[in-house]
Order: sequence, then structure tokens, then C-alpha cells
Amino acid sequence: MTELLNTSFLKELLSALPEAAVLRSPDERRPYECDGLSGYKALPGVVVLPDTLEQVRSIMQLCQTHSVPVVARGAGTGLSGGATPHPEGVLLSMARFNRIVSVDPVACTARVQPGVRNLAISEAVAERGLYYAPDPSSQIACTIGGNVAENAGGVHCLKYGLTVHNVLAAEVVLMGGEVIEIGSEAPDQPGYDLMAAFIGSEGMLGVVTEITVRLLPVPPTARALMAAFGDVEQAASAVASIIAAGIIPAGLEMMDTPAIIAAEDFVQAGYPRDAAAILLCELDGTDAEVQTEIESVSSLLFECGARSVDVACDESERQRFWSGRKNAFPAVGRISPDYYCIDGTIPRRALGEVLLGISELAARAGLRVANVFHAGDGNLHPLILYDSGKPGEFERTEALGAEILQLCVRVGGTITGEHGVGLEKIDQMCVQFGKAELEQFHALKAVFDPEGLLNPGKAVPTLSRCAEFNAMHVHHGELPHPELPRF
Amino acid sequence: MSEDADSAVAALQERVRKAAQDGEALAITGGGTKSFLGRVSRGTPCSVRTVQGVVHYEPTELVVTVRAGTRLTELESTLAQSGQMLPFEPPAFGEGATIGGTIACGLSGPCRPYRGAARDFVLGVRCINGKGDALRFGGEVMKNVAGYDVSRLMAGSMGTLGILTEVSLKVLPLPSCNQTRAFEMSGESAIELMTSLLGRSLPVSATAYLDGVLRLRLSGSEAAVNTAAGALGGELASEGDAFWSQLKEHRLGFFAESSPLWRISLKPRNDVIHFPGKTLIDWGGAQYWVKSDTGFEALSELVRPYGGYVTVFGGSDQGARSDVPQDTVLKLNRRLKAAFDPAGILNPGRLFAEE
Repeated sequence: MTELLNTSFLKELLSALPEAAVLRSPDERRPYECDGLSGYKALPGVVVLPDTLEQVRSIMQLCQTHSVPVVARGAGTGLSGGATPHPEGVLLSMARFNRIVSVDPVACTARVQPGVRNLAISEAVAERGLYYAPDPSSQIACTIGGNVAENAGGVHCLKYGLTVHNVLAAEVVLMGGEVIEIGSEAPDQPGYDLMAAFIGSEGMLGVVTEITVRLLPVPPTARALMAAFGDVEQAASAVASIIAAGIIPAGLEMMDTPAIIAAEDFVQAGYPRDAAAILLCELDGTDAEVQTEIESVSSLLFECGARSVDVACDESERQRFWSGRKNAFPAVGRISPDYYCIDGTIPRRALGEVLLGISELAARAGLRVANVFHAGDGNLHPLILYDSGKPGEFERTEALGAEILQLCVRVGGTITGEHGVGLEKIDQMCVQFGKAELEQFHALKAVFDPEGLLNPGKAVPTLSRCAEFNAMHVHHGELPHPELPRF
Repeated sequence: MSEDADSAVAALQERVRKAAQDGEALAITGGGTKSFLGRVSRGTPCSVRTVQGVVHYEPTELVVTVRAGTRLTELESTLAQSGQMLPFEPPAFGEGATIGGTIACGLSGPCRPYRGAARDFVLGVRCINGKGDALRFGGEVMKNVAGYDVSRLMAGSMGTLGILTEVSLKVLPLPSCNQTRAFEMSGESAIELMTSLLGRSLPVSATAYLDGVLRLRLSGSEAAVNTAAGALGGELASEGDAFWSQLKEHRLGFFAESSPLWRISLKPRNDVIHFPGKTLIDWGGAQYWVKSDTGFEALSELVRPYGGYVTVFGGSDQGARSDVPQDTVLKLNRRLKAAFDPAGILNPGRLFAEE
């Protein structure tokens, strides 16, 4: 039991919230000890489940007054430890904010509470022929509030954008309890684009209590192709050729042999098990548009050396093509006791170099890696296979993951495309950014949360932590002794 | 070239450091084509034109990295040679316009509701903050959630947070076919059609209603454009694409009238809002251009119930004003400015009044 539970803070909390909304016993708090990155755990000091704006305001006011850290949480599906609780802090679950407040069919927007599931928005507006575009793989479970915190992506980003392109406005409770509206449904609101600052800020700036999302018309036609390649580089050049031809597919995904085999064994999607890589390409729009594009893409794929190109003949075949990709993570989970998902983004031209680098690093670490790749936008998800039961294997896995991210930075990419920094990649931030940038991030944070009570220790490392990390490890992506294996 | 640019950046950094020490305000300029926008600032002119050139452009990555002082026309012609474009169709308002100024002003053209705004296509920036630190945020990749999204924050900040020296932007293929359809109809019918298109999957890339005529631009593959044209009807507009570039650059006859020009942005609605003065409606009903001698306060009063914003876009009214953030949001804006520019020397007062 933490000290928090015996203080006057708790008494005040209980007077501001219904008793059932304040979880105090270890058994009640246990389910909140981690998010989707279960390697990082901490039992929160107390868990609160508010269901009104007033309650959130009270919580933020009390936490400010008593200098108690606050970690906000959506569905807890995040993969970077962004919602890992603070042991002496409040875990603020937004789960009860689960209402769709309104839908405006004229402006094509919806106002929703942050605890609404991503997919639930599309389901609610489907009858009007509309949907919410960003579709992270966890969309059946993850919440829109979490999506805002992480700037979640998905497989349709290249054409339809990320969360930042599809959220227009939000109501935010600041540290201390003040409520503001940021962003706007009217274009170009005066002043700074605070919405841009908040999206992807990993719960470091404020707590979002309502969100206005943009809705898009469901395209009348969507068709998928699957191409098999004997060589990964050929598959990468096929992606470049499609884009050079002026075609922006709705989805463009690549998988390598280990991922293909794992998926095929799991869901029998019809993937060729002996291919070095497969490309899945989805085209959507009007019938006329899609038909023209299917023809162009098919011939481009063959020109780039595809061994085979299959066009899904109907909706059920299209679903089957995607089932392998959508189940790639659980499929890998079947062939290994554990797996660790990496989230680097690279310029696509570096794909061959990076895949080769990953296989060399993995061989040195004695670990296997399966790769799935949002090929259209360069977001690479290497899945490192490991066994947490074997002593030292998780540590080796984490070290390999860190090296893969440093490789991504070295080729001009980034340590995280869509999962966020959280706790997991905090050291790699020291590779991606220098002192001046980190100082600027801290100054920005202090504008909203001068005492550093919101999600402390996440997303942006302290300068001293980076000084220590850089002295021991790397400097701006340059390994001091690249020839030496590191475990 | 690259060495020249590096030394130009170093010189700018030195200039900012010295200004910060001396408390000397700097008025950041690119091509000077949009100096009529925003509030009146003060300061010694500080030009970014010396920082020039396309740094990196790989068409198949859909990304271009360009130094801030590069002319917009030069960038657009480089992209066009590879069949690509800046998707947000930015207005230049003059030959000298630079890409840095374009992003700093954050303006988007007629396609905005359909393709996105300037900020939506910013992937990364290099900039110099008010302390003279050279900083780099974001990068050249589509997806990047490392650190706060300072790059997008820069769009529309009018140089008050930092001097942009380089930007990386997402680009898109030029549509292979454009066609403009014209419909003679009442304002009520035009607004209804414009808003209904937001929820329909058609290759619409611009809409505008002026003088009893609604124009729709369709962009995409020839097949898609022709099918949509068939479904929508209307007449093939004789002036074609020229209308849209004249609208974007404010060269239509509408803009030539002598009264001040106001921009009113609001959430799209399915009824027409009547403003005093001649009006052009675009952005699917989300933007009204109003030529009017009515002052800011009166227009603001009219717009308030609809949650919109009024911005003066030049004209004869020197005392005209624009909406600025209010209350707590204004306080946060001021503190954000101070977090980037503690001495308050970068374009002070341009976005909102100094304290």
C-alpha cells in the first residue's frame, strides 16, 4: 500500500468522486499496472474512473494542489509504455467517457468522448455512408483518446493520413483543472495550432475530455492485389514504381518470409510460403478509378519482377488477402513464446539496407526476426521472437530492438512511426535529438505543465539521462565500436 | 551551394543571438508577398532569402526537403517536372513568395477541404528559435511520433516561434485530369450541393460560388473525372482551370473592388449566411470571402453564433483587425511564444498583441 492512500489527498479525492470511482485495493489496481507493453509494470498509487468533466477537473485540481503525478489511460493497448502507471500517482482511466456526443452529417464530423473505441466511431456512422479513417491494428479495442495521445496511424495512412489529419478539435482539461477548447471545426483558428501540439503528446500536456473527428465518405469500391516476389529489393522497387506512376494506394503492405509463413500457418490466407516478400496493395475509390488503377498496378508489379500477381475477385477474397497481414502479430505469437514489436520508420529507399542490417544484428544477438512493413509510408515493424522464460533473453531482445531503432535513425528515419516513445524508447530519443531540441521540448511541456506532473518520465528524456546514455552508447547514431556485438 | 546555405544559416543564428542579447526585434522576411497578413509587427528586417535551394527530392518517396528561402515557383516547377505538386495548393500572392513564408503563413488554396491544409503536409522543419539555437524537428518520413510535433506547430505561426530555414513536405502526384463544371443556381442550392459533396466519394478538388454560379473542380484519372462529371451534370466551364488559380491568387474581378477584403472561416453548414457586401463562398461552404466596408466588430458579431473567425486580408482599412485567441488560450499562446523566444524578438506582435 502506498503512502498516497493515507493522505489528505485521498480524502479530498473521495469527496470529489463517488466511492466506486476510486480504486484503492491492490487487487482493484492490479489490472492497470501496465499497458500493451507488459514488460513495464508499476502498481498505480490509486486508480480513478471519472465519468463527468467536473470530476476530471477536480482530479486535476487536487493533483496540482498536492503535487501528485497523473497518468491518463485509454484502453491500455499502447505498445510503448505510455500508460505505465506512476507508483505514487493517480492512474486516470478515461474508460467511462464512452459516449458519442453528436454527429454532424452536414459538416461530416462527430464529437466523441475519449473512451469511445476507434472502430465504434465508424460503426456508429456507417449507416450514413461515413467512417473514421485512421485504423490502427488495435482498432476494435483502442480508444480515440489514446489515438490522440499517440497520433495513431494504421494501414491506410499514406492516402488518408494519421490521427493528426483527422481530428479537428478537442476539449482539454489542463493541469490544475482549467478547461479549454483547442483546434476548431472552422478552418485555421487564430493563434498557434495547439491541436498539432497535443496530438501525439503522449498525455504530457493535458487530459482530453472530448474530441471532434472528421468523417469521410466510404469509398464505393475497394479492391486488393497480392504480389509475390523472389527478392525483397524487387518488392521495394515495385512500391516506388507504383508511386512514381502517380497512384496512391489506400493500403500498401509488405511481409517477409518468416512473417508470410507464420501468417499462412495461422489463417491460410493463400500466401505463397516460398516467396521472399509479398506485397498487398489495396485501391479504393469509384469503380472507374479503381478499375484503371488495378490494371496499371498489375502491369507495374510484373515489370518489377513479381512472380505472381493475384487480384481478389470478390469481397471475401479481399478479406482473405488482408487476414494474413491483420493477423501477423498473433501469428508470430504462435511460433514463439513471446515477441517484441519495433516501430521504426525509414525512407523507403533504405529498405534493403535496413532489412539486411536487421538480419545481421539479429544473427549476432542469436534471435529471429519477422518483418511486416507499412511499405507505402516506410513504417517498419520488425517482430523479434524471444522466450521470456529464458534468463537474459528479454534483455537481449530489448538491446536488439534499440540497435534496430538506431539503424533507422542512421538511414534518415525515426525511432517511432506510430507507437510513441513512452518509457520504451526514451533512451533512443537521445539518439534522434540533440540537447537543444530536448531543451525546446521541455520548455514546451512547461507551458502546459510547469511542475511536470503529467505522465512524468515519459516521452522526452531529461538532459542528464541523455548525457549518461550518449556517453555509454552512441552519439548521433554513430556507434563507437560498430564491429563489437552488444548484448 | 550547400556550404553557402550552411553559412547563411550560421549567419542568421548569429544575427538572432545578438538580437536576443540586445533585445532587438527582428522582422523576418522571405519574399515579402504576404506582409499584408497578420497584425502589424515591428523590428529590423531579417531576410531568409539567402537560405536557398532544394536539399533533397526523391519523387518515389513523396517527400521534398527544401530550404526556406527557395521561391515557391521554383519548388513547384521542380515538383511538376516529376509530375508532382504541393497538395495544399498554396497561394503565392506574388512572384517572390518563398516556401518558408508559405509555411509560416500556413495558407492553403481552393483544394483544402478535399486534400488538406498546409500544416497537414509538413513532415519536418529546421528552424532557429529566439535564442539562436538551430533546431531540427520531424524528418523526411510520413510517420514520426518522436517528440512533440513542433514542425506542424510552425505552420501558421508567422515566424513568431522560430525562423524556418528548411522544411520537409509530403508531396502528391499531379492529377492526370482536371475538369471544372459550372452550375447556375441560388446560393441556397449551391451551399446544399457543396456540403453534400463532403459526404460523397467523388473526385472533387475545389468548389466555389460566385455571382450565381457554382463551380466544381474534379481531379483524378480521366475515367474517374468523366464518370463524376456525368453524375453531377452542369456545364463544362469555359475558362477551365484558370478560374482556380485566379481564385487562389485573388486575381478574380471580385477581389479587385476597392473595399477591404475579409476572410470568414466557419464550420460548413447547409444554409447561406448573408454578410454585408459582395461574397464569394469556397472550401465546400467553410470559407466566405467578403468585400465590405463593414468593420471588424460588426462582422465578428455576425460570425460569432456560428463559431467562425474573421481575418482581414488587406484593403483600404488600415485599422482593420482579425480574430486572436482569447482568455486562457491566449495565455497559453503567449507562454508558448516565450518558450521558443524568451526575449520576444521574433516578429513580436504579428500573431497577437504583445503583453
